[in-house]
Amino acid sequence: MAGVAVSTTINGDTVEFLCQPDETLLDVLRDRLGLTGAKEGCGTGDCGACSVILDDRLVCSCLVLGAETEGRRVETIEGMAHGDKLHPLQQKFLEHAALQCGICTPGFLIAAKDLLAKNPDPTEEEIRFGLAGNLCRCTGYDKIVRAVQDAAIVMKGA
Amino acid sequence: MRYIRPLSMEDAVGQLAGSSGTSAILAGGSDLLVRMKGGFIEPDLIVDIKAIDGLSEIRETPEGFSIGAAVPCAVLGESAALKKAWPGVVEAAKLIGSKQVQGRCTITGNLCNASPAADSVPALVAAGARAVVVGPAGRRTIPVQSVPTGPGKTSLAKGEIIEAILLDKRAPRSGDAYLRFIPRTEMDIAVVSAGVNLTLDEHGVVKSARVALGAVAATVLLVEEAAQVLIGSKLDEATLERLAKVCAGACRPIDDKRGTIEFRRKVAGVLAKRVATTAYARAGGK
Repeated sequence: MAGVAVSTTINGDTVEFLCQPDETLLDVLRDRLGLTGAKEGCGTGDCGACSVILDDRLVCSCLVLGAETEGRRVETIEGMAHGDKLHPLQQKFLEHAALQCGICTPGFLIAAKDLLAKNPDPTEEEIRFGLAGNLCRCTGYDKIVRAVQDAAIVMKGA
Repeated sequence: MRYIRPLSMEDAVGQLAGSSGTSAILAGGSDLLVRMKGGFIEPDLIVDIKAIDGLSEIRETPEGFSIGAAVPCAVLGESAALKKAWPGVVEAAKLIGSKQVQGRCTITGNLCNASPAADSVPALVAAGARAVVVGPAGRRTIPVQSVPTGPGKTSLAKGEIIEAILLDKRAPRSGDAYLRFIPRTEMDIAVVSAGVNLTLDEHGVVKSARVALGAVAATVLLVEEAAQVLIGSKLDEATLERLAKVCAGACRPIDDKRGTIEFRRKVAGVLAKRVATTAYARAGGK
């Protein structure tokens, strides 16, 4: 199979890569670009562990072909903190112990970031619906929801 | 395998028609990539239609709405005009998958994936939506219910692509609605579903009606007899009971792990009543 040459923007940087036509964005991020923050849980769009933001839309990177990102903007977990300064969501996930094994956490953080960007003051129900595409098998979700609520308060004040 | 991103329908159709082997059309990919991953399909050619001019737009025309084949369902939910005119279609489209899937999945893909349990299809069938099909022989417009012919099968010929879904301009006093039964609150596949679309006269009497049921046959059912029950009524209790009976009788469901035949029949009736009531209220009926 001939490779596809792709030029895209990831976390603000122009990135060029070659990938196979059937290669997912998730595989490109992890295996070609060394961006291993997005995780493969199911590989079928059910668990949300591979969530990234593609042109301002939350998507599962396992359901996007690498070739499709030509000329587009991708935001991954690696672009969330500013240097050593954590994003308020990351800080609140730590403070609320909203993670155990951590596999789902990058996906939750990206999904929560997208949620708060579109709805800065969500109700608990809106948070639970908004994060329904992300599965966590450790925490039971309560701590995650509380961390997002707390981060929303901090971000509104910022 | 080849991946191409044509800029025109003519090019896309030409590439598809001229390809040998298996080809697949890619819009949101939320079905296609899962099927590729599962090894159910290994396309030799993937035609990404998202760069084709106009396919990612919802256009409001004098005749109604034209929803491009590559418009993600999330965008449908953000269109105030579409939501106002066709709330049932939008609520059905918004039930497909998670936030992540909503950012990718399309109603055209939902239609062409041809699942009997597809959420947006009963709502589209009830709405009388039409599909604009472009192929080597030109353009044709067909009712959406003639696209799926059975689970995973469509009536589209080689080289044909659905370009857009058309919804009519609304007559005054019209309303539509969609509901599905799932054993959880969201993120599941319909066990039974129903879509109803009504137009009332100035006295609140149903003038025209369309009733569609999902997940109770090999394809979504348009139940003409159920529409006849509603026409001429103001949705009194006796009418709703007859509607439920007709809908239950129209079902040809299978027994599977998600529901038995008996359960699906009963729930089809219950959902039809609830959906008709919502559509009636949305049309301004009291």
